[in-house]
Amino acid sequence: MVCEDCGEREAAVHLTSIEAAEMQSIHLCVGCAAERGISPESADADAPGTPPLVDFLAQLGSPGPKTPVPDSAEPCPFCGISAGDFRRTGRVGCSQCYVHFETQLRGLLRRIHGSSQHAGKLYLNEASDLSDRLGQLSSMRRRLKRAVETEDFETAAELRDRIHEIEMKE
Amino acid sequence: MIQPSEVLGDRGLDWIRGGDEAEIVLSSRIRVARNLQGFAFPGRSGPEERADVVEMIQAAAERIESLDGGSFWGIEELDFLDREILVERHLISRDLLAARPGASSAALVLARETSCGVMVNEEDHIRLQALVGGLGLDAAWRQADRMDEELGALLPLAFHHQFGFLTACPTNVGTGLRASVLIHIPGLVLTKEVSKVLEGISQVGLTYRGLYGEGSEVVGNFFQISNQTTLGKTEEDLIDHLGRVTGKVIEYERSARSVLLAEAPSVLEDKVWRAYGILRTARSLALEEMMNLLSGVRLGVSLKLLKSPRVETLNDILVRGQSAHLERAAGAKLTEHEADVCRATYVRDKLARDERDAGHAPADGTSDTTAVDGPPSGG
Repeated sequence: MVCEDCGEREAAVHLTSIEAAEMQSIHLCVGCAAERGISPESADADAPGTPPLVDFLAQLGSPGPKTPVPDSAEPCPFCGISAGDFRRTGRVGCSQCYVHFETQLRGLLRRIHGSSQHAGKLYLNEASDLSDRLGQLSSMRRRLKRAVETEDFETAAELRDRIHEIEMKE
Repeated sequence: MIQPSEVLGDRGLDWIRGGDEAEIVLSSRIRVARNLQGFAFPGRSGPEERADVVEMIQAAAERIESLDGGSFWGIEELDFLDREILVERHLISRDLLAARPGASSAALVLARETSCGVMVNEEDHIRLQALVGGLGLDAAWRQADRMDEELGALLPLAFHHQFGFLTACPTNVGTGLRASVLIHIPGLVLTKEVSKVLEGISQVGLTYRGLYGEGSEVVGNFFQISNQTTLGKTEEDLIDHLGRVTGKVIEYERSARSVLLAEAPSVLEDKVWRAYGILRTARSLALEEMMNLLSGVRLGVSLKLLKSPRVETLNDILVRGQSAHLERAAGAKLTEHEADVCRATYVRDKLARDERDAGHAPADGTSDTTAVDGPPSGG
């Protein structure tokens, strides 16, 4: 596609806007886009063929200038996922990853969504007694199993009693 | 234990009855992704942790009004055919079926009256969805939002002050919302305008797919359009944007149909009638062929070239003409060839019944269909 302004160079910046319910597309080369004050950096997230996630993942492999990710990044302390795992699967492992990899993820989110700030519904953590109790129980059951596996019978006995206690309250 | 096949019945098929713009928009869907605090996401958690998550969500789901009278199934409790039927109804995803084996590794909650449901331990701990017939994104959002509010009051959800609701894939983070419409645009396909429209769609923060979601082929001129981004805008803005663009696509589709009617009426009519004729008489129908013919008939009904069948009948065939549904109806495993034969029989019966209910064949009383019998005028 040829640039709509100069009609010479190949269009590299594609912008679509909706004004008064009319969809309008413009296709510009990098030079003409710059003249109109449109930066290719802000537009290239929409360019076909380069999904931002792929871009980002590639950068994780070979740190580029935009969002450098230190190779030495420690794995997430909660779920153990590493930058490499993330690069391979495109998925983080747990909610703590968003804290652990916050800097890198903020850049990625901006490129995927054009923003890194949530604007939707808020969640006030008012989880009821029920969820507290269930969460507590699950976590204790997991610890109990681990204690049994590692033959830490003292801890296991203590956990068993506490689980029993909570279950009796229901 | 409830035997799913006994109670699956018509669950999740509420949308078939249609809604606004039902001739062009089959259904509107809202899907919301949520995760529980303190648990690794399903892709990273072990069998025990997954079982705990299932247990917590089941306990919460049983207490909420929006899923009152609903049913809960562990994926392991569902036999192969039930799972396939649920996929064919778009109530669960292939990803949920691919859940790691193990006790209660994944589960499904389905409401009784509405096409609302919750997938547990798919890519995220919670994927709730609401599906309504026709163009009804707001109605679907109201249902999904209510489920979300009720579940959120009982469960500790993973939420970040800046990033919003946290999800396994960064593409869903923030609102966790995926709004989509399943739209039938044969006019744009026939006038070869469709790629232009789809290109426009992908440049305004939306994306499109075939009938069965990510990576699926486009069959029968059915496209699924959905929001691509989930962060930085409110749920209402995302839904509103999709609604407005869908309205625009409907408008383009209508004008493409007008062009076809004006410029090639006999070609269009022939196409529609052939499609109906084949569906009404064929003895063997492959799925893709059925989908494409249903597209032709739907176009005919929409343009009033055909007086029947009803849109609801066409929606019904789209669902129940699929292989797992046919197998369930036949009560036996079917080879591909047998399924094609069963499909043709099912479609013939269904259309014949619709003609009987309507009290006429599609042509009766439509004066414009007689025009094709005569020679083209003005020649």
